[in-house]
Amino acid sequence: MSVRVALHSPTGSRSFLERGLLLLVMLIFLEGTVLTLGAASSPDISAQDNTGGGHDRRDDHRGIAGSHEQTNYTYTKKAFPVLSLDYHHIQVPFEISLWVLLASLMKLGFHLIPRLSGIVPESCLLIVVGLLVGGLIKLAGEEVPPVLDSNLFFLCLLPPIILDAGYFLPIRPFMENIGTILMFAVVGTLWNAFFVGGLLYAVCQIEGTYLSQVELLPCLLFGSIISAVDPVAVLAVFEEIHINELLHILVFGESLLNDAVTVVLYHLFEEYSGAGEVTPMDVVLGVICFLIVSLGGIAVGAIYGILAAFTSRFTSHTRVIEPLFVFVYSYMAYLSAEMFHLSGIMALIACGAVMRPYVEANISHKSHTTVKYFLKMWSSVSETLIFIFLGVATVAGPHAWNWTFVSVTVILCLVSRVIGVVGLTFIINKFRIVKLTTKDQFIVAYGGLRGAIAFSLGYLLNKDHFPMRTMFLTAIITEIFFTVFVQGMTIKPLVDLLAVKKKQEAKRSINEEIHTQFLDHLLTGIEDICGHYGHHHWKDKLNRFNKKYIKKCLIAGERYKEPQLIAFYHKMEFKQAIELVESGGGVKLPSAMPSQVSMQNIQPKKLPPAVAERALPQFTKGREEEIRKILRSNLQKTRQRLRSYNRHTLVADPFEDGWNDFLLKKQRMIELEKKMTEMSNYLTVPAAPPDSPTMCRARLASGDDFKAEKAGAKVIPDPNAFYNIKASSEGVPTIQVDLASPQSPDSVNMLNEFSKRGAKDQGLGQREVATRDEDQGLMMKPSSAGKEEKGEEEGGNKNPGLMRCLSDPGPSNEDEEDEPFLP
Amino acid sequence: MGASQSAGTEHEFQDLADRTGFSLEQIGNINKRFRQLSNNEETLSREDLASIPALDNNPIRAQIINAFFDKRNLHQNETGTVQEIGFEEFLMVMTHFRPAAMGITEEERENLRRDKLRFLFNMHDTDSDGTINLEEYRRVVEELLSKAGTIGQETAKAIADAAMLEVASTTRGKMEPDEFYEGITFENFLQILNTFDIETRMHVRFLHMDTATLRCGKSK
Repeated sequence: MSVRVALHSPTGSRSFLERGLLLLVMLIFLEGTVLTLGAASSPDISAQDNTGGGHDRRDDHRGIAGSHEQTNYTYTKKAFPVLSLDYHHIQVPFEISLWVLLASLMKLGFHLIPRLSGIVPESCLLIVVGLLVGGLIKLAGEEVPPVLDSNLFFLCLLPPIILDAGYFLPIRPFMENIGTILMFAVVGTLWNAFFVGGLLYAVCQIEGTYLSQVELLPCLLFGSIISAVDPVAVLAVFEEIHINELLHILVFGESLLNDAVTVVLYHLFEEYSGAGEVTPMDVVLGVICFLIVSLGGIAVGAIYGILAAFTSRFTSHTRVIEPLFVFVYSYMAYLSAEMFHLSGIMALIACGAVMRPYVEANISHKSHTTVKYFLKMWSSVSETLIFIFLGVATVAGPHAWNWTFVSVTVILCLVSRVIGVVGLTFIINKFRIVKLTTKDQFIVAYGGLRGAIAFSLGYLLNKDHFPMRTMFLTAIITEIFFTVFVQGMTIKPLVDLLAVKKKQEAKRSINEEIHTQFLDHLLTGIEDICGHYGHHHWKDKLNRFNKKYIKKCLIAGERYKEPQLIAFYHKMEFKQAIELVESGGGVKLPSAMPSQVSMQNIQPKKLPPAVAERALPQFTKGREEEIRKILRSNLQKTRQRLRSYNRHTLVADPFEDGWNDFLLKKQRMIELEKKMTEMSNYLTVPAAPPDSPTMCRARLASGDDFKAEKAGAKVIPDPNAFYNIKASSEGVPTIQVDLASPQSPDSVNMLNEFSKRGAKDQGLGQREVATRDEDQGLMMKPSSAGKEEKGEEEGGNKNPGLMRCLSDPGPSNEDEEDEPFLP
Repeated sequence: MGASQSAGTEHEFQDLADRTGFSLEQIGNINKRFRQLSNNEETLSREDLASIPALDNNPIRAQIINAFFDKRNLHQNETGTVQEIGFEEFLMVMTHFRPAAMGITEEERENLRRDKLRFLFNMHDTDSDGTINLEEYRRVVEELLSKAGTIGQETAKAIADAAMLEVASTTRGKMEPDEFYEGITFENFLQILNTFDIETRMHVRFLHMDTATLRCGKSK
């Protein structure tokens, strides 16, 4: 630690040193972890395992024995142990937590070193960390725990990653390319398995390789294990290279859908490797089995997905557990599919993809965010753990290194992948309209990474049936390392070198959405006119069926009627409203919604030019800043006032409103806009999205009628009085606008009214405002708001009584508002 | 008589095939459909298209039908609409929905892109003045949402306004309060749909060329 302090002082290379030290600290921590883990030296994490269960029971037994002893001690009047150590009691969860913590810290560490993560993919670094951890455990003289146990892997680590992938699967490109993906996933994987397996067997028969004891079926089994592209590895690498959507979905889709093929081949060869004979009948059975495994997996997933969607229809009163349904139903789908040896991966994908549109329409925005974050969090931790475990398992496992076998495996995998992709693309391109270019083919072939699924499948092999299991495992690990390290590290420079089209980062704009919809309908129409029932025709039919029947059953309330375009629009509006608040007032509004252009620029002019000239001057930067500051503190204030707390109720979210509220606000906004136009005032600061449900409030005071103002303020508590218009005694309009939920004013409409006021009155006004500030939340004081005006006309007794008051919901108001959220 | 007519049409078809790039077989198929729609007349009217039952559910039915009778889509430099179209015009409209051929140059791709976007633009620009103004855009969105009932109609205006604002801000940048954005010009249209891969999306598989040429080769 002292070293760190000493080195901290030179500021020149501070950041770099800091990072290095952070890593150092982490390594120290890591060592600590290792020692604990080493000391434990039990197959701890595989608690689901049978042996794990037995182990637990033994623990319990010991615990009971211990308590017996203890009673004995008390019997003999020994001192009561004030502090005792019982590590075994907490061992399993403690070690799991340690591993997760290690993984998370590693992930954290890599992102602190941007230069390193720019060159080496995270997956490689994690494997290296795993190797180090494994090595340290070995150095500590302990037995390395079998961390990448198949049960642990398939039941705990894999599902989050697949669910994350399935839930956020880009349906549109996936379905558009489903033919190509299936071709690669099914035919490609079959080809790879038989090509690698067959040739490997041939090589094994060559004299002098000392492999003649390897039979054909184990070779094919090995081929089928090694040939499947791994979704975890693909995701990890492809997420970093930002390749275009088509290539991404091709490789990733293949890695997801080849699971069924792998499962069937694996079970088939495992079954018959003992018997030795495969009849044509078995081949037919294998094909049927494949259909059952894949379609059954999809069916199981879809059933659970629909169940989840249906359940989410009724969760509007218990928002807190909403996200849980998504996870539990998906996991159940996975487990149910695995129970029948169906493809669990396909079940998860189907479940996620089916439930998503309906669940998203039903659950609240917050729950949606929760689902998103949890999925991302779980999947990233799982992924990290998988790669670390791969490293650890490499150190742990007994290895049987055979140069011929390993090198032939690596070469054959590469060759078969290239031949398979090129050959299949040749066929596919005949049917594709957007052809796959040579570059695309290269990336698809090169992106075929292998990963932990292969290892786990190899690990599952029975040692008695497969005497060469260790050799297989070694070869699998080598192949994984080869693909992840060599291909994974070189794919990024290659993508740059070949100038492969990258993903466009553009946010989806409303115009694009309109045109996507328009184009869909147009193409459907053209197909109908041509009398040719093609893709678009059937898609349209399906969409209409979905809207008419399924959505009605699965989506609560009126939202099922909502067309996609409107849903998109609301989502966008929502996002902007949130961004607006987060950016603190909307001066730096993100480009999606223009801040520089307001409604008046596109609306055909109806106002006479004289009126237009009266348009208010733009606020200066300084004042904008001030207003924003006030808005911000205003917002915080409301947030801080948390009333009675209930464990099962979420605090009311300013943005979370019912659907009807939404429309109501919009209606009000439109009305308001009309009023404003009539009064020849403009929305100036900030130019809020027109007609958006942004909560606007404007208060226009003519200075002298604070009494009237106050009266107006008292009207606020009535939730229905969204705006009041008052004519002041002098006929200057006084508007008090209270649009929408008063909890979050993210946009202010400022209306300047200059009227001559005596300084005395102003002072009175200030005091009045100040008092109201206390009981009403916040009011902008004229002294701060009108500072600039004052400065300009300093000395003058008659300052322009510019009043800009921002009002906040009074406390009386809040109680009413919160009522629906309290039990 | 029948023989001479078929010989005549074959010659005609060959001529059309050279000009449009469709294969003879495709032209034959489209012609069959054309005759079916027009009840064996030489020309097709709006009513004929409107009577297609499958189109009933299409929210933008009116616009699709209009597109067929729009002179701008017929590769002529005229504006306005026609009342009836012959087979050649029908085929000309269909050429906008051809997929991109394999191995075209970047320039050709750009032209194809412009051509397809121009078709879309013309569908929106109903008064042929070269810009899509707010009124026209609102109508587009209203049409799109016309099957959605009252919710759709209420929201359509807001969506069109938001979309228009987006166009104005991406194409013009900062605008003074007294400036006025007249409408989306074709250049603006290209700009906002920059990321929209129209050349790979706006096609009807039926008009795919490769399979057709394959079959064409077989028939010869």
